[in-house]
Amino acid sequence: MALAEVKPEQVVFSEKLMKRIEELKSHFPDGKKKSALITVLHEVQDEHQDWLSVPVMDKVAEVLGIKPIEVYEVVTFYSMYNQKPVGKYVFEFCRTSCCATRGVEDLMEYTCQKLGVGMNEVTPDGMFQVKGVECLGACGYAPMLQLGDFYHEFLTKEKMDALIEDCRAGKVEKLSKV
Amino acid sequence: MGRKILTEHINVPGIQGYEVYRQHGGYRSVEKALKMTPNDIVEEVKKSGLRGRGGAGFPTGMKWSFIDKKSGRPRHLVCNADESEPGTFKDRYMMEKIPHLLVEGMITSSIALEANLSYIYIRGEYMWVYRILERAINEAYAKGWLGKNIQGSGYDLDLYVTCGAGAYICGEETALIESLEGKRGNPRIKPPFPAVVGLYGNPTVVNNVETIMDIPWIVMNGGDEFAKIGIGKSTGTKLISASGHIRKPGVYEIDLSISVEEFVMSDEYLGGMYSDRPLKACVPGGSSVPILPAELLFKTAKGEQRMMTYESMSDGGFATGSMIGSGGFIIYDDTTCVVRNTWNFSRFYHHESCGQCSPCREGTGWMEKILYRLEHGYGSQEDIDLLWDIQRKIEGNTICPLGDAAAWPVAAAIRHFRHEFEYHVRYPEKIKDRKHFEYEPWEKVKHLMGTKEAVAV
Ligand SMILES: Cc1cc2nc3c(=O)[nH]c(=O)nc-3n(C[C@H](O)[C@H](O)[C@H](O)COP(=O)(O)O)c2cc1C
Ligand code: SF4
Ligand code: FES
Repeated sequence: MALAEVKPEQVVFSEKLMKRIEELKSHFPDGKKKSALITVLHEVQDEHQDWLSVPVMDKVAEVLGIKPIEVYEVVTFYSMYNQKPVGKYVFEFCRTSCCATRGVEDLMEYTCQKLGVGMNEVTPDGMFQVKGVECLGACGYAPMLQLGDFYHEFLTKEKMDALIEDCRAGKVEKLSKV
Repeated sequence: MGRKILTEHINVPGIQGYEVYRQHGGYRSVEKALKMTPNDIVEEVKKSGLRGRGGAGFPTGMKWSFIDKKSGRPRHLVCNADESEPGTFKDRYMMEKIPHLLVEGMITSSIALEANLSYIYIRGEYMWVYRILERAINEAYAKGWLGKNIQGSGYDLDLYVTCGAGAYICGEETALIESLEGKRGNPRIKPPFPAVVGLYGNPTVVNNVETIMDIPWIVMNGGDEFAKIGIGKSTGTKLISASGHIRKPGVYEIDLSISVEEFVMSDEYLGGMYSDRPLKACVPGGSSVPILPAELLFKTAKGEQRMMTYESMSDGGFATGSMIGSGGFIIYDDTTCVVRNTWNFSRFYHHESCGQCSPCREGTGWMEKILYRLEHGYGSQEDIDLLWDIQRKIEGNTICPLGDAAAWPVAAAIRHFRHEFEYHVRYPEKIKDRKHFEYEPWEKVKHLMGTKEAVAV
């Protein structure tokens, strides 16, 4: 399984990431540095192909001076952390009531068919994945999806086509700038 | 046009940045607050009648006066920007458009609470908004509104933004505090309340984004001015996030004194129904509040006009009323299947339960399963009663109010739309197609249910 593929010695945090972690730690009082954990995990995940392997989590524990179990219990609680590899572009459709009333279910089906995958499956080239998530706070701009740090709203089939094309062409930004 | 307290400058070009914000009167409330005593600020907020905008509507001034200042422990203000209640997107709109208003509100409120370390906790999905806030905070530091000895007053304040990672439950204030401490978002048992034992064991106030954003105006104009807007105990303005089958979804700032009918139908606000279909139901305050059928939306059970106020919205209790809650106003037309929608909400609550208490952890799962069965044509008459029974056993028996929030929508759906649940049981072949009501609105199929006796079979 993929989980075993990452070896501890392969886990390297870049200088930029380490600097950011130090900055985040400085936001909390002495003895309370664990508070930075949830934000740090986002930054780490962004730098490690969007998922958190056990060796990566262990390294986070080491950097924050906490026990590995304290990292595992957080990672397993929050839905934004991936414990398995994911597609390069993950379309996270909001499927809660307000988006459902504005046709998100059709759109998810359309996208899956177009990409030739079922829900949660990664396309064979590793590029795409379609997921259903719960309300993202964009109910008035439905139907919508999240891709990386950004929201794509008032979606239609035509906009989906264009978004997929743009992803293939490498024109879609996933991360917001610090 | 109603009064605009929060959104007055929202469309000014460049208002996201410090300079333009400052030119439009920004940070004046901090200057004023630094010259007042903390208790005077709390008194103004009490006079304003401001009620928490996060959902529960608890008076903010009173909450602030509970903060323990005697123990001598450090105090904290935490802004709840977790905004995850389905139907609610007002906080995000405000933070994205005018982030400095939140920073200003945090400083002014921290002065009142005599807090020297405060945080904004934002949901992890709003990552780009997190960056916007970070930038605004950095600007405020650079201009001397944060840090040591603010504007030469001798008062120190540090403010940071920190984030969650996808958990609705972290909107509950004690779960939020746990999460802020870098742990799983499991709500704490109350008492002790956060005002006594909160973040890092210190006295803490947790307030919603909109609540905090109201503070600068109250400090500048006085609590009495704020209290003049609205009706009775519903003072000031309120942001409503409107979505669903309406012409103009979006965020609206309303005086708490207009009628629901005006809000839904007039062109100034929602502009009536999208595609002109009949109105069927409304969830007026985020997914957790009871759904209201059309006939109880514009008028109360007593036949009085229903107003957009805390009191009028809850007139009739849960039997014939609802709640203004977080202001997540969702409108449904006649193509909406209430059973399907209730299943959708139950799936949400099951997914979001933290799993600490059995009634919530197990009950939400059972409700989701039973609703799935009913919705997909495999349900029985007993299932409807079982559903009723389960929701009743969750309500009031859990550590935090998520249990109630999961139970209320189910109870209200059965109370007002039992005939639709029964239709699902009687005509499974008609509803196996997953978008049944989109093709056959209830009005077109209700004759199949015949007389009352037929329903009872
Ligand atoms: C399950 C649950 C979710 C909640 N989510 C939010 C939320 O996203 N934002 C919010 O401001 N309050 C939320 N609340 C209410 C908070 O617990 C708290 O009452 C509120 O932040 C207090 O702020 P206020 O007095 O300014 O309204 C939630 C409560 C519960 C039980
Ligand atoms: S009611 Fe539900 S969400 Fe709240 S503490 Fe209990 S299990 Fe967790
Ligand atoms: S229901 Fe889809 S964003 Fe809220």
